[in-house]
This record gives sequence, structure tokens and C-alpha cells, in this order.
Amino acid sequence: MSVKLSTRQVGDVTVIDATGRITLGEGASTFRDTVRDLAAKGNKKILLNLSDVTYIDSSGIGELVSGFTTVTNHGGVLKLLGLSKRVKDLLQITKLYTVFEVFDDESGAVRSF
Amino acid sequence: MDIPALPRLALVIDPMADIGSGEVPIVDTLLDSTLDSVDEAETTVLKIAEDMGFDEDELHKIGMAVRESMVNAVVHGNRYSARKKVHLRAWKAADHLTVAIGDQGEGFEFSAVPNPLSEENLLRQSGRGLLLVQAFVDKLEVTRGQPGGTELKMVKYLGSAVK
Repeated sequence: MSVKLSTRQVGDVTVIDATGRITLGEGASTFRDTVRDLAAKGNKKILLNLSDVTYIDSSGIGELVSGFTTVTNHGGVLKLLGLSKRVKDLLQITKLYTVFEVFDDESGAVRSF
Repeated sequence: MDIPALPRLALVIDPMADIGSGEVPIVDTLLDSTLDSVDEAETTVLKIAEDMGFDEDELHKIGMAVRESMVNAVVHGNRYSARKKVHLRAWKAADHLTVAIGDQGEGFEFSAVPNPLSEENLLRQSGRGLLLVQAFVDKLEVTRGQPGGTELKMVKYLGSAVK
């Protein structure tokens, strides 16, 4: 199963709920298109909820980075919510925990923008 | 968790290098240069690893290492060419599993691979595959074939998480 994405609004924060796998191929490109679309439409505060993401590979990690850069270049901020231990490990291995702001609870994440 | 660095990669020139004693060949197959082959290789190796008694966490690491190695071979090595194959081999021993994944690409110089952990490379979209493979196995050898191609040979020990 590749990734399924849905968006919702919490105040002025756009939350992307992701479910499934973000891997090379369809999963990664779906994610890329969604983030680019939101950034292009002027959404400045984006929270990516990865609570139901079961697997991310290096291509998926690359898409998270690309999404971060896209949103930043549009003058916005992209933060991460609900990382599993395995995804946290990936961010540690790749040193990307120094790039992303990561939250465990949604209300705290929303307040942080 | 230890953060490995790419320079630890060993470059072995001899493609026929000894794979170690006590290893029994389990898989020796040629796969098409497709993303379906990535799934096929992962499934094949995970079945062997599961039968050997690797736990869930170790299975995840083995699966990810195989996946990243296969993507490297299919996408960057063979560039999805229908004329090129990926050579998947696996051996099992009492205490470890060895997997080799070779492509028929042009090969590459490891010294030229940008370090994905360098500050200037952190926001690059790609280039983290080898780093993840190295992080998830106990030994990794990268062999450059003659005249071309690259083989990643990885070893995972049973119970290595507690060593």
C-alpha cells in the first residue's frame, strides 16, 4: 500500500494526515505533489502527521526534505507530528533531526506555529 | 544510536572475495531492473531471515538494507535498463546472513559520493541510501566490478542488536 494523504485545517494550521508507506514511486510523488500544491496556494503553516505511516525509505526521507524546502521557499514552515521510533531513528541516522521540528502531540504542535 | 559515516565503507576490488566460512548459498538469481524486483528481493531475503530467527526489529533493518541496495542497483546502477540485470545472492550460516546485490551499471567512485551528513548536503533530496544500508547491517563491503558494475555485500548477525 502506498501513502494516502488527507488535509484538514486546525485554526490557521494545515494538517496533512499521512497513512501507509512513503517510498520510491507513487508514495513519494503523491506526497511531493500535495505539499507543493499546498505551498503554492499560500498555506504557510503545515503540520505533517506521520502517526499512521508504517514505513519510510531514503526516497521518502528525500521527499520530507524536499517538502520542507518547498514550504520554506514559499515563506512557510513545515513541522512533523507523531513519528514512530523507526522514523525517529531514520531522522537521527540522517542527522535530519537538526532540520525538522518534531512533535508528539498535535495541540502542542499547532500552538508552536 | 550510533551515527555511521560513509568513509567507513570498505572498497574491495576482487569481486570473487571470500564470503567467509560456514556459509551455505540459498539464493543466486538475476532480477530485472524494475521496482517490482525491489519488492521481490526484499520478500525473498526477509523469508530467509525470518526462518533463521531474526527478530522483528532486525527484520525491519534487513528489509530496509536490501530495499535501499536494490533501489541503488535498479535506479542508479542499471538505470531501469531492460538489458541489464540485478544479481541477488544470499548465504546463511549458523550465526549470520550474507546478502550480495550487484548491478551492471558503470560503477562509481566512493570518494566522489557526497557525505549526506555534511551540513551543506543535509537538504539534498537524495544520496542517503548507502548511509541507511550501512546503519542497518553489521558489515558492508562495496565491490567495484571489472570493467563495471557495483556489488553491495552485507552481513547481519543474529542477535547483533544486543552485542
